[in-house]
Amino acid sequence: MNRTEHPRAWWLVLPVLLVVAFSALIPLMTVVNYSVQDIFGPGQRVFVGSEWFREILRDSRLHAAFGRQLMFSASILMIEIPLGVALALAMPTRGIGVSFTLVILALPLLVPWNVVGTIWQIFGRADIGLGGALLRALGSDYNYAQNAADAWVTLLVMDVWHWTSLVALLGYAGLRAIPEACYQAAHIDGASRFAIFRHVELPKLRGVLTIALLLRLMDSFVIYTEPFVLTGGGPGNATTFLSQYLTKMAVGQFDLGPAAAFSLIYFLVILALCFVLFSFMTAGDER
Amino acid sequence: MSDFEWMAWTAPTAAFFLGIAGLLIGMTVWQRFSPTRLQRGLLPIATTRGDRLFIGLLASAFLHLAWLGLTPWSPLIALGLSALLLVSVMRFG
Repeated sequence: MNRTEHPRAWWLVLPVLLVVAFSALIPLMTVVNYSVQDIFGPGQRVFVGSEWFREILRDSRLHAAFGRQLMFSASILMIEIPLGVALALAMPTRGIGVSFTLVILALPLLVPWNVVGTIWQIFGRADIGLGGALLRALGSDYNYAQNAADAWVTLLVMDVWHWTSLVALLGYAGLRAIPEACYQAAHIDGASRFAIFRHVELPKLRGVLTIALLLRLMDSFVIYTEPFVLTGGGPGNATTFLSQYLTKMAVGQFDLGPAAAFSLIYFLVILALCFVLFSFMTAGDER
Repeated sequence: MSDFEWMAWTAPTAAFFLGIAGLLIGMTVWQRFSPTRLQRGLLPIATTRGDRLFIGLLASAFLHLAWLGLTPWSPLIALGLSALLLVSVMRFG
């Protein structure tokens, strides 16, 4: 089908462009400016070129935080995407159960991030928390404040609890949009349940799953509040992710130059990851 | 102190952003007179001219980061290599 392009339609995008300019572009340009200078105070700054970038790129603590960040994002994506799709497939399609399930699934999404951290901080404690006390009663010496593995498991479970619903709701919307005729054709061909999932449902879900994957990837890559409240980055540095490291540098130590260089590297990594993922998942789509 | 002091402008960063703005304006004019088409080159995906510019700029940014992180040499060499990379991606990507 031939589509007509109206160049004047771009004017309609102008208001958004202005908002983005003030909320994103100007701060980004400021960060770029900071990244090449040593900022001592208002009006007191020295141009240092690429020195902060060299320093940040060779910082072993940053390499470790980056590794932890990649591991965290990969882990939650590998759990949340398949689990969300499975939940979407298991959800009722008609009757009162639909509303009930949708409300139950939406509940974790409504909880603010700092509250999620607090909920799991208390839940995991062996003295006053249900989860921690239960594990202790079962003979486990679970302690997320002292054991790095326990802290990681608690963080992963917390994130899965908080965000799998998003994938499930998106997946459910995608599944409901598949025309009944596709299922009927599959039945006539004698397709098994797995074959229907593999060749009918999964391809049709690609669009919503791309959105879910990108949202979860970006969100998990900039995770800050929940680990900050739950473990404070500990024990040691076991759960210190990039954003916590950056906040410590920018707000704690007020090292604006290195923090700006770090922010830009962080931004480029997220941009590249999302671009590669988006291109991979939309390859073959009509444009 | 000027009104823009809080943005802490420097001559090199101003030149950088003016360069990017110039590229975008140039691409817009080019698009106006000769609209781009999806094409498949050396890159594994079909791209428009704008896609190739984005890929070229992103790759240049990572080339600079790799240069600064792995070598002790001047970033100006990386800038030259990036210009070559950008032209190659635009032409053959």
